[in-house]
Amino acid sequence: MLLLPYLWLTAFFLAPFLIVLKISLSQPALAQPPYVPVLDLAAGWAGLQSFFAALSADNYALLGSDWLYLLAYLKSLQVAAISTVILLAVGYPIAFGIARLPRWLQPVLVMLVILPFWTSFLIRVYAWINILQRDGLLNQLLLRLHIVDTPVAWLSSDTAIYIGVVYSYLPFMVLPLYATLEKMDETLLEAAADLGCPRWKTFWLVTLPLSLPGVAAGALLCFIPITGEFVIPDLLGGAETFMIGQTLWMEFFANKDWPVASAIAVALLCLLLVPMLFYERLQQRSFEGGR
Amino acid sequence: MVDGGGATQGQGAAHKAPLVRFEGITKRFGQLTAVEHLSLDIAQGEFFALLGPSGCGKTTLLRMLAGFETPSEGRILLDGEDIVAMPPHERPVNMMFQNYALFPHLSVEGNIAFGLRQEKVAWPEIAERVTEMLALVRMPGFSKRRVDQLSGGQRQRVALARALIKRPRVLLLDEPMAALDKKLRAETQFELMELQGRLGTTFIIVTHDQDEAMIVADRIAVMDHGRLAQLAPPAEIYERPNSRWVADFIGEVTIVKGYLAKDSMLDSGLGRLRLPAGSGGNPGTTVWLAVRPEKLRINAERPTTGDVNAVLGTVFEIGYRGDMSIYKVRLADRSLMKVALANTNAGGQPSFGIDQLVWVSWLPDAGVVLTK
Repeated sequence: MLLLPYLWLTAFFLAPFLIVLKISLSQPALAQPPYVPVLDLAAGWAGLQSFFAALSADNYALLGSDWLYLLAYLKSLQVAAISTVILLAVGYPIAFGIARLPRWLQPVLVMLVILPFWTSFLIRVYAWINILQRDGLLNQLLLRLHIVDTPVAWLSSDTAIYIGVVYSYLPFMVLPLYATLEKMDETLLEAAADLGCPRWKTFWLVTLPLSLPGVAAGALLCFIPITGEFVIPDLLGGAETFMIGQTLWMEFFANKDWPVASAIAVALLCLLLVPMLFYERLQQRSFEGGR
Repeated sequence: MVDGGGATQGQGAAHKAPLVRFEGITKRFGQLTAVEHLSLDIAQGEFFALLGPSGCGKTTLLRMLAGFETPSEGRILLDGEDIVAMPPHERPVNMMFQNYALFPHLSVEGNIAFGLRQEKVAWPEIAERVTEMLALVRMPGFSKRRVDQLSGGQRQRVALARALIKRPRVLLLDEPMAALDKKLRAETQFELMELQGRLGTTFIIVTHDQDEAMIVADRIAVMDHGRLAQLAPPAEIYERPNSRWVADFIGEVTIVKGYLAKDSMLDSGLGRLRLPAGSGGNPGTTVWLAVRPEKLRINAERPTTGDVNAVLGTVFEIGYRGDMSIYKVRLADRSLMKVALANTNAGGQPSFGIDQLVWVSWLPDAGVVLTK
């Protein structure tokens, strides 16, 4: 019974990862599956030996040597970092505002934050195309209000990516922030006021430091998936922006190079392991502190 | 800021110009009236207790003085100045919160220094005063500890140091000992009194624990349903309660209903009883006679002394408390009278047995006549 969770982990996380790792060490081939070597258990010990001998790290060397991949990684990190900062700036006031409302009203607003999930993610991103395109709603509005004279090219730009990303990931930022702000002890704010601290300063000295676990959780919950984002940059972004998710897609579907695509995936995973481990340590520390 | 006057005992304090004055204070929360037209003066250097059952409005009153609640009506004067409109962070009062409200992300030092850091005091002075405060609450060497590494008693001391470091005009204590165990609470009560005497700062404590209020306070305001039930020094509240409610709330009491007769006598269900000398009034008026358990005696024979009150009853129940036993005696009118007898005889056997026929007696002056 105790082993069951580990069986689950092995079946749904470790095994798929090992398969991807194995493919990343293979070479592409015009075959089914489209790579060599393939493990042939019927060949026995000799087959196993030749299988391992045929594995190589060539694909990783390619990732390191071709600027295309490196730039795609950097672009992804840049988009993720900037988006996370914007998400924090937008999400914190929302979460803070909800947490300070009367108790009975809070679930309603949390529900509103979650509501977009009821519609397909893809459809919502398509909806943004409608809004951002040349004769879309945004340009119509701006023209009507005489803010601009000619339609602005919103679509197929980095701005469109940021709009799409911030819109799509906002709930992932708001919810963990709300969770920490909501359970904050009100008397701490009163204590700060009592000791001579004006309201605006109490926010910086008490509220913000105490909500840092929520900030970290929200930031990572957004940063990590945004780095691997494919749909939003593909639909809203321009041709010049190439994030790592798109590169992966291209290798996989256009070039039919499964090994390189797998290598990109494994490298991305390793890259994202850094902030994840950092978060893990942070959580452990706050857990120990709580005892 | 610290006044050299020291602790003033009893009512004497009330004659000085008041430091804090509540003037016709009413506080409503929607339909609920938490405090109703309450006026109260508190003198400089007093250790003042707001006592009452939960929901009587005592905490609301304290929070209005701290600035966390605004009165619906009335004025609050501090040193003669109306402070109702003053935000909490500008008021020269500090509060020790019931759950202590220590900042979990700051060290002991960070917590205690918090108040001074808001005043732009120079660092060396802050450090010096933090050390001074830690010594005052007997926690030297704890400055670098994290708050979650402290015991309940230590947290309480840090909270006290944090509230005192700004040398407030008034220190507000909201149920400061509610989270401590009985033994520690008793020690802390005496420490708090000693500290208050030494600093001379005015302390206002909110508590639902009558023993605590009696021990620490110079004067007690007993509150009931948002109103002031009685305001007096502890001994007077205990010995001369002004209503049945106060008599019953503070300590144990037996209350006998009756009608006033001539010559300070009472006609009651227990027969004719002598009232304290000089208890006048219209004959026939309904009054209540309150007697404390420790003022009563039990004898097997009727006391022969002429003017004591004596009623016959049977011992119904004996509650052993170690130092004393509480005897419940069933009287002729089926009511129970509580009598406290000190267990002076070695061995701890009760002096009287269950169902034994006994005489309960008391001197007329031991009773209190209550008209409401």
